[in-house]
Amino acid sequence: MDKTKKKRRRLIFRTLVLAVLVGLVVFAIIGNLSQDDAVVAVGDKAPNFELVQFGTNGERKSLKDFRGKGVMLNFWATYCKPCEEEMPYMQELYPEYKEKGVEIVGVNLDSTKLVVNRFIDKYNLTFTNLHDKNGQVMDLYGISPIPSTFFIDENGNVVDKVIGPLTLEKLEEHLKEIQPEA
Amino acid sequence: MGDLVTISSNLLYASFFFYLIATFFFGGTIRNEKTGNRGKASTIGISLTIAGFITQLGYFFTRWVASQHAPVSNLFEFTTFFGMMLVMAFIIIYFIYRLDVIGLFALPIALLIIAYASMFPREISPLVPSLKSHWLYIHVTTAAVGEAILAISFVAGLIFLIRQIDQTKSSKHTFWLEFVIYSIFSTLGFIIMTTTFGAMDYQAQFQAPVEEQIVNVEYEMPAIAGPNGGELQTEGAMQPVFEAPGWMRGQDAARKFNTLIWSLLSGLVLYGIVRLLLRKRVAAALQPKLKKFNPDLIDEVSYRAVSIGFPVFTLGAIIFAMIWAQEAWNRFWGWDPKEVWALITWLFYAFFLHLRLSRGWHGTKSAWLAVGGFAIIMFNLIAVNLVIAGLHSYA
Amino acid sequence: MKKIKCECGHVNPEGTVLCEACGKPIEGNQHIDGNKKDSLLNMRYEGSARRSQTYNRSIVDKVWNFFSSVKVGVWLIIITLVASSLGTIFPQEMYIPPGANPVTFYEDQYGLAGKIYYQLGFHNLYSSLWFMMMIALIGVSLVICSIDRVVPLHRALKKQKPKRHHTFLKRQRIFGETKANVDMDAFKSNLHKNRYKVREQEGHILAEKGRFSRWGPYVNHIGLIIFLLGALLRFLPSMYIDDFVWIREGETEVVPSTGGKYYVKNEDFILENYDPQEDKRFQEALMNQNVPVASNYQTNAVIYERTNNDVVGAEPELKVLSREKIVVNEPAKFGGFALYQSSFQLDEFSSMSFTLHETGDESAVLGKFTVDLTAPKMEYKLDSGARVVIDEYFPEYYMDGNQPRSKSKFPKNPAFVFYVYPPDGGEPEVSFAGIGMNIDPTNENDYKLNLAGFDTRDVTGLAVKKDYTLPFMGVGGLIFMIGVIQGMYWNHRRIWLQPTEDGVWIAGHTNKNWYGLKRDIEKSIQDTGIEMPEDQQQLKG
Repeated sequence: MDKTKKKRRRLIFRTLVLAVLVGLVVFAIIGNLSQDDAVVAVGDKAPNFELVQFGTNGERKSLKDFRGKGVMLNFWATYCKPCEEEMPYMQELYPEYKEKGVEIVGVNLDSTKLVVNRFIDKYNLTFTNLHDKNGQVMDLYGISPIPSTFFIDENGNVVDKVIGPLTLEKLEEHLKEIQPEA
Repeated sequence: MGDLVTISSNLLYASFFFYLIATFFFGGTIRNEKTGNRGKASTIGISLTIAGFITQLGYFFTRWVASQHAPVSNLFEFTTFFGMMLVMAFIIIYFIYRLDVIGLFALPIALLIIAYASMFPREISPLVPSLKSHWLYIHVTTAAVGEAILAISFVAGLIFLIRQIDQTKSSKHTFWLEFVIYSIFSTLGFIIMTTTFGAMDYQAQFQAPVEEQIVNVEYEMPAIAGPNGGELQTEGAMQPVFEAPGWMRGQDAARKFNTLIWSLLSGLVLYGIVRLLLRKRVAAALQPKLKKFNPDLIDEVSYRAVSIGFPVFTLGAIIFAMIWAQEAWNRFWGWDPKEVWALITWLFYAFFLHLRLSRGWHGTKSAWLAVGGFAIIMFNLIAVNLVIAGLHSYA
Repeated sequence: MKKIKCECGHVNPEGTVLCEACGKPIEGNQHIDGNKKDSLLNMRYEGSARRSQTYNRSIVDKVWNFFSSVKVGVWLIIITLVASSLGTIFPQEMYIPPGANPVTFYEDQYGLAGKIYYQLGFHNLYSSLWFMMMIALIGVSLVICSIDRVVPLHRALKKQKPKRHHTFLKRQRIFGETKANVDMDAFKSNLHKNRYKVREQEGHILAEKGRFSRWGPYVNHIGLIIFLLGALLRFLPSMYIDDFVWIREGETEVVPSTGGKYYVKNEDFILENYDPQEDKRFQEALMNQNVPVASNYQTNAVIYERTNNDVVGAEPELKVLSREKIVVNEPAKFGGFALYQSSFQLDEFSSMSFTLHETGDESAVLGKFTVDLTAPKMEYKLDSGARVVIDEYFPEYYMDGNQPRSKSKFPKNPAFVFYVYPPDGGEPEVSFAGIGMNIDPTNENDYKLNLAGFDTRDVTGLAVKKDYTLPFMGVGGLIFMIGVIQGMYWNHRRIWLQPTEDGVWIAGHTNKNWYGLKRDIEKSIQDTGIEMPEDQQQLKG
């Protein structure tokens, strides 16, 4: 048999096997690094959900209801101190950005309404707050530490995601990002 | 019920004596000048060994009936079972190779292991929920069989080293060989010390700070190393020579450290006496008695034991362990220290086999590896259970 | 280099050490297996041409050759072994007490050594990138080593001929000469009796047994590779899910990671302990231990499947799928998922009752009310006309500086700020009440709230698992075991017999268990006139 041909075949075979092995190793590394990656990532469509709104008589709101507006989706709880710290900033910017077509939607993870209602009264929160009593939406969005905030544009795409509390300046920057063009 | 437990422990004592007497008969075979080992002493030796093994099986099953679960669920039961399996492995190897000298070394090791086991609480203990699984018995017993067969490879390796290593000058080989022998003496020392102070009913109470709380620490041996910051409460008890270092954590750390010191010291004394009597290295004194054995055959026994034991060990300590872990803790592998050390043991023997098969490590190198493998098994049995406690700390 | 034609006429691939057909050592290639003139032949891989050792050209070849070396594989094993042991010096991060901060934990507990341990990343060794790389490299080495050896070995064993070169026989470990007439037929029939396959060529005999054991190592390597591939599949979320859910008694929760498809209700959590009085056989051990020993953890659960396909969060319509007793070692299984009993918390508060009194007079009760801690009301109207308003509720109360706060949403240490409106409708008084505490902030209250009772319930912790990689692992493990047993419990034994001018030469080889081979030879030469060959490698004592 032709020797060079044989050598070529051997080279191709070895290259193929090595390529497959390298591919598997890379897959393992990526898998290892992205283990705690979010279920909902930047660029994804924000999955829809439906929850009872605070301050109403059991009325339900879904994310779809806000289509056409930019949505800041904030996961919080009363017992979470950093959440509490960023609440006044959200309330401060809310009236202005509501005018500009941005809604702030809080998803609360407490278990009792009383605690949350008292909290809302305390900080005079006027933006929409929804009760995720069983943590279903939290599971849907793959949230572990709170506060966690998603910035969603008017088409329902996640533009940005922030884990941890926001300062007033940062918050405003992010709100500008999702302000619909008009 | 109580009677059955008594019968069971009497059977264990009986088997212990069978093994002990059998050892002497195997010792007798060594004096025979000829290599032909079908002598009378040999026949009596192996008969006694089998009788002891059957008696110990009697212990095992009566205890099983009494406790209503297989007696492999605490350190005493597991270690005893391991000793029993070591005897079984020896019996099997004996009938393949008919080598009395293996018995002369394997039986004392088994005796030491069984005696060591009985230093732990011997009462029948209840099973916590995660242990209530048939996979427990399957995993633990198979793992013990595998380890026991691998231990025979250590026995053969040790014989090989004593037989082969040049004793005319001192070298790394002679040093480490003496060290292995000294370790065996220390185990004996531990057993003697525990039994002696146990018979004296020695007790010394300390009050010592543990995790920012003052707790009572009880010593059953005179404290050479007292608990860190501890104060002796018992009158007439020995004042500690020094305190255990502060980085040793936990209530029992100082006590275990103290026991270790006693074992090492008593081992040193025993070794010292023997060495003084012999006036040469212990291995050097043993060497002439082993000269008549074919080193090639001993080397082969050592390797054969690994090749029989490795698959059994894999099945018991890795595969069955995974199945059980999957059932009990919903993950088949959790990097618990005991699991890691089982993996290390497995990797070590894989390493052994690769070196032997494709890099031609025979003879002395291979024998040292067999010794190293057994050291890892013992480390997993003793140190990991007592020092690095994990999920398996109950077993 | 080029193909090598042996004097027997067989054409060997380059790099061959011993001719595949007749076994004659090939001139110029003996260094590969370290063979020396006049010493015994190194028989590993039958002296076949392992490709790795013949080419070394492009980068691909270089990488290939690197991983093809058993030496490299052995080093990888050693490094992994040592690294694994380092990870057991101190507990891994997942085994340190819950809530402990690893940054400070290791230093606080183990001092400088602990700090170094943490900084080197040994606290998370087994999921660290480099440890995974080691295992991956072992995998690569397994594949390449096996490919490089199994092909030429197969070739060499297939091409071998009964007629061997005389040097091949002479340089076997077992070799003997007989200078007499021998009974060949008896020899052959003896070999048959010992289950040898006998081939003959011009009076030369090759008897062979257990050749399949030579494939054992490769079979077990395939098993290992399948096992490692199975482990890789765990990174695919569709293949492997590992989640956890806490459920309070009486509550129904969505099973996480099922996309809201399944719900589970905790009807009852049961913790049973051994009773030293009842379990006589354990009496001694239980008495010595002094702490109760658990005998059973159990959740009586109802598994539901959601029948409507609405968006997440909408009121689900549930259909009972099954009722299960989830016990340790006996998970509940449904739709590819399994729920394992894995944790619990006893006695979380579920409701608290208070009575109202006048301060200093506990005899007259001015009304009683019960706060449902899962849904406290804003206001409680009492019989006497008094009203109690909950101003603040702290499910898990603690003092944050001088501010009362809650650590979580779970009523583990509930406390309230009450406004008590007296029966006569006067100004409200502030009262702070919780478990074991009743504070009158002004010290001027006319009324006092007393804790009259409470209810508790248990919480069960269930692990949620889906693992489609288990079959891979199982098959990998099984193949590994088959391979290991095949390679370890059988051996490949060969006996060669060659007629000479004045008798015969006999030689034997086995990959392990020479003792067994010698016994076979002993049996085969019985009554044939062949003399027992010698073991030329007998270690000199």
